[in-house]
Amino acid sequence: MVVIDLIKKAPLSAKIGMVIILINILAALLVPVIAPYEEAAKVGDVWADASMANPMGTDQLGRDMFTRMLYGARNTISIAFTITCIAFFVGAVLGLTAATVGGMVDMLLSRFVDIIMAFPPLILALMVLSIFGTSVPVLIFVIALLDSTKVYRLARALAMDIRAMEFVEVARLRGEGLVWIIRHEILPNATPALIAEFGLRFSFIFLFISALSFLGLGIQPPTADWGSMVRENAGAIAFGIPIPLYPAGAIALLTVGINLVVDWFLHRSAQIRAH
Amino acid sequence: MSLKGLIIKRLAAGLVTIFLVSVLIFLSIEALPGDPATAILGQQATPENLKALRAELKLDLPPHVRYASWLAAFVQGDLGKSLSNKRPVAEVIGWRFSNTLFLAVAAALVSVPLAIIFGMVAALFRERWPDRVLSMASLSAISFPEFFVGYILIYIFSVKLGWLPSVATINASMAFTEKLHVIILPCFTLLLVVMAHMMRMTRASIIGVLTSPYIEMAKLKGVAEWPIIIRHAIPNVLSPIINVVVMDLAWLIVGVVVVEVVFVYPGLGQLLVDSVAKRDLPVVQASGLIFAATYILLNLTADILAIVTNPKLRVPK
Repeated sequence: MVVIDLIKKAPLSAKIGMVIILINILAALLVPVIAPYEEAAKVGDVWADASMANPMGTDQLGRDMFTRMLYGARNTISIAFTITCIAFFVGAVLGLTAATVGGMVDMLLSRFVDIIMAFPPLILALMVLSIFGTSVPVLIFVIALLDSTKVYRLARALAMDIRAMEFVEVARLRGEGLVWIIRHEILPNATPALIAEFGLRFSFIFLFISALSFLGLGIQPPTADWGSMVRENAGAIAFGIPIPLYPAGAIALLTVGINLVVDWFLHRSAQIRAH
Repeated sequence: MSLKGLIIKRLAAGLVTIFLVSVLIFLSIEALPGDPATAILGQQATPENLKALRAELKLDLPPHVRYASWLAAFVQGDLGKSLSNKRPVAEVIGWRFSNTLFLAVAAALVSVPLAIIFGMVAALFRERWPDRVLSMASLSAISFPEFFVGYILIYIFSVKLGWLPSVATINASMAFTEKLHVIILPCFTLLLVVMAHMMRMTRASIIGVLTSPYIEMAKLKGVAEWPIIIRHAIPNVLSPIINVVVMDLAWLIVGVVVVEVVFVYPGLGQLLVDSVAKRDLPVVQASGLIFAATYILLNLTADILAIVTNPKLRVPK
């Protein structure tokens, strides 16, 4: 009930954002039911116009674009979501630990994070991919590592702030263990900021992996993925066929949707803090 | 601490970072699973090829000796030879890097003044329609991937209207104005992406200052709105704005990679992407180090400018 009230009171922009996200999630979940063809089935001519059989036309190999878009939603979003979860888990655990333990652990972790963050992320990712080659596990590892540094910084800063508060001091004096303090005292207070951060990180990671796929170094064909679909169909633009704009637009739309919701959330948590 | 001391400290930290980054980049060859030479050659690993490549990568020497000689050669401009076409890396990279700089500088020259003006307009008309329009536009621009913006511009301006070329080919024999004509679309794509962030930060810092008591005082005295912004607000927002501008220029250097690929522009970014696909490690190392060093130097500049322009940062915490 609380959630429904909250959504009802949300500004129009946030509602639009939520609808966009919902449509994407539904598309990703229901692909097998709604997709008219198989993921890699050739069903017609190369870059055929939209028709009843192919509502968005066909791609550079004559596969149904609508089907590819749906599978693309599933593949791209699920990989980006997995990476976000890993980055978040690793970054938050290390950040909270560093802030709570302090000393050498904090120093070493923080210096390591400084070095990683001194690198431009895209360049670092490209260098790692040139060494280990492009595969989904390597992609997940690199991007999760890159983004966990940002979560680490945020989680550490939040925990540092909260650690200085009396209730944590009290728990510590009471003799509570480290895990208990993190779980019961620090985490509940850091949660709102961490949730907003999750949305931001997801949209970053989603854009990043799409960019890598677009460069031909991310998710590899024949897996349908929005970034690589833009790359594969880029040649069509010269003939005035807007096919590559569909997956590119889908990436843009989902990111806008997430940002609209995150903006509203950040605005709200700022208001709550001000009261 | 004195201003000089702080700057020297920051410079030293920057140099250490560049050193660490160079070590990391060097180590990338060491990190290849198994024997690097075999890994690089893959299918073509005949004994003769292996021996030649090992000698070329100096794999017969211990790592620290190799690092020292690699760095010494690098500083002197000898970046090794490309594995794919055997040409000296310096020769391949030099021209590409100047192209990338040309594109980035052009984008910076247009985006910085525009972003600051738009940021000021948005701050002045905050919560009214110019601000709403600008902030909606900048939110979208931040969310759009570079290739989406790039292909839309190509679709409209080169395919439908036929005003501008869709492929930004440039070569040394072209006149300066011809080059400018060719890079209009890639430049515009870059602008949209970088400007949005700069504009939002400018707006936020100006609004931050405009709500402070001394501005209210000026208003109550009856000073008009523009003089308030120019004489009272700007001096105090200069420091954060300079910082953001320089940091965004660092982003621009990296954002250039995707834009170059969209417009098939012969820059360093495209070269890097091609070399990663071919696993041409000497080229990847050299261009990666150039990108990383430029990025780090710009961030360093941002920090130093912030220290110089903002006396608050000079007080030890």
